[in-house]
Amino acid sequence: MPRREITSGNWAFAEAMRQINPDVVAAYPITPSTDIPMKFADFVANGKVDTNFVTVESEHSAITACVTASAAGARVMTASSANGVALMHEIFPIAGCFRTPIVFGLVNRCLGAPINIHCDHSDSMAERDAGWVHLYCEDAQEAYDTAILSVRLAEHKDVLSPVFVCQDGFITSHGFEPVNLLDDTAVKAFVGERKADFPLLDIDNPVTYGSFVMSEYYFEIKRQQVEAMKNVLKVYDGVAKEYEALSGRFYPKLDAYRTEDAEFIVVVMSSASGVVKDVVDELRDQGIRAGCLRVRMFRPFPAEEVAAALGGAKAIAVLDRALSIGGTAPLAAEVKSALYDAGKSVPVQSCVYGLGGRDFFPQYARDLFCDLAAGRVLREERYLGLLE
Amino acid sequence: MAIRIKDYTQKESPLTNGHRMCPGCGAPTAVHQGLMGVESPLVVVNATGCLEVSTTVYPFSSWRVPWIHTAFENAGAGVSGVEAAYVALKKRGKIDRDIKFVAFGGDGGTYDIGLQALSGALERGQDFTYICYNNGGYMNTGAQRSSATPKGANATTSPAGSVIPGKLQKPKDLTAIAEAHHVPYVAQTTLFNATDVAEKVKRAVETPGPAFVNILVPCVLFWGIDPGLQQDICKLAADTRFWPVYEVVDGVWKLTYKPKKRIPIEEFLKPQGRFRHLFKGEASKAMLDEIQADVDADWKKILDRCGETWEG
Repeated sequence: MPRREITSGNWAFAEAMRQINPDVVAAYPITPSTDIPMKFADFVANGKVDTNFVTVESEHSAITACVTASAAGARVMTASSANGVALMHEIFPIAGCFRTPIVFGLVNRCLGAPINIHCDHSDSMAERDAGWVHLYCEDAQEAYDTAILSVRLAEHKDVLSPVFVCQDGFITSHGFEPVNLLDDTAVKAFVGERKADFPLLDIDNPVTYGSFVMSEYYFEIKRQQVEAMKNVLKVYDGVAKEYEALSGRFYPKLDAYRTEDAEFIVVVMSSASGVVKDVVDELRDQGIRAGCLRVRMFRPFPAEEVAAALGGAKAIAVLDRALSIGGTAPLAAEVKSALYDAGKSVPVQSCVYGLGGRDFFPQYARDLFCDLAAGRVLREERYLGLLE
Repeated sequence: MAIRIKDYTQKESPLTNGHRMCPGCGAPTAVHQGLMGVESPLVVVNATGCLEVSTTVYPFSSWRVPWIHTAFENAGAGVSGVEAAYVALKKRGKIDRDIKFVAFGGDGGTYDIGLQALSGALERGQDFTYICYNNGGYMNTGAQRSSATPKGANATTSPAGSVIPGKLQKPKDLTAIAEAHHVPYVAQTTLFNATDVAEKVKRAVETPGPAFVNILVPCVLFWGIDPGLQQDICKLAADTRFWPVYEVVDGVWKLTYKPKKRIPIEEFLKPQGRFRHLFKGEASKAMLDEIQADVDADWKKILDRCGETWEG
């Protein structure tokens, strides 16, 4: 039966894993995603799943085992954060190129140094060119729903891609909130069974994965990945609508909040959007036409939809929870590029906030909207909540 | 049951002819000899290295069996993932065949960068065989030293110079390290006796749980030998006791080849270009004595472990 439980982002993700009951999970502990494999280990130990749970000796081995298990034909899930994600870096593009579906609970945490266990998006942003789908979740409910939805997206015949399901470390992963959970059998029916096209375990039709490819073919193979990633933009809404029919919850690529007639829009990802949306409501009550665009799908980047949502605004601020030191912060760079390609010359203020788990307060959003309304848009990056 | 080589001469090797390994290279010989006695269907996992790049030059593949390569340091984890998928899918009734899993890595991918992934896989007790084709250095990148490179060898990152006579350290004992994981089967062999290689790998594959086989193979370029001397140099490695041939079954060590008489280590070193500098000048004599002392001490250790008093 569907249930409503007070749970955390990590536990909600683990609960989705229990219901999905994947063939293989290979995982290694790291704060703040450790709860996911811990909770899952309980499910294994108590017979709640019959997954083959591989307790590897490092994140590098975790993702390697996930890739080879997926190539073998298994449905595969895992989770990690921060330095663990960075250790996996070498293998991510291999997973992308092999077109091996993997649903990966990425609990965002900043990369050292300095070492720090709290949230920012520097870990996942460092993997933005790995050839994975990147979905960023606002809360525990969304992390749960996205885990289930992503199984279908990853294994879709036109996609065949690994998927990062990102949630904010501690803020979402360890915050407890009410989450609506689906019926076990409904999840089972929705995800179905994986039918791999070229499984390594098909002994009678042997395949070679990971061959040595020189300049004559390498470029063409990478180009095929570009096309497959474009397919995500076409396929995603259909999968999300099927999930809506099951759950009553629809998750678009972009969560546009009161943007239709907005003059001033703040673009943000993940949990900080809740704060921005509250401030939007507050300002709307005062007659200020404020809006919030939450980017849920970062890879592939839905550039045309972003430009359409933002193009009519007078000024925009983009909030990044990651730096691109010496360059433009990742989300701001994407937004500016999308607007340029659409021929829209809206002033864009790039802001970095919340690094290393620094809190994001409503006052930062209020001040930002005031600056946009007053035409105070700087060419340089701003740092919200920085003590200096 | 003993393997009869002639029974296998008509059997197709999982590795076809026409691959791009060098003439005389020991790695494909290790694959052919090792896998010829294996009856079950196989999936092969390969670490980055000569064997990987030279047998899968896209759009060709020299493998008649399913084969996967991801990276250099992770063949242990790679074979874990495939085996885990097999166990899961078999339990769920999606596969009904019995399949075995064999990983190949060179000594660079096994002794050095892949040691952690191998250790993890051995400790987890999954059912696979890991074969190290050990030519004592990084050949794919051009003869650099590894932790398997013999003392005194001239490698491109431990060159024999006017001050330093090649590599100064003796190789780590990886077979003993593998055995220390309490796995049911580990073995060491080399290429002069195809039956021995075939029997050891067959036993490794058929033993439930993890197994490790360390096969000393020549690289003709690095070792500086005539390609026709592959088998002879391997026999010298065993006969000089440089490379003891043994197996450990459930913790019980057994010497499986007993060299007939004591042959000085020079006999193994002298035909090889990588040790040429050791035979010039008085200073090198000390290094040769040191290498002989290492071999003698290690041989005694092996005899003790195998409960042997035999001296030959």
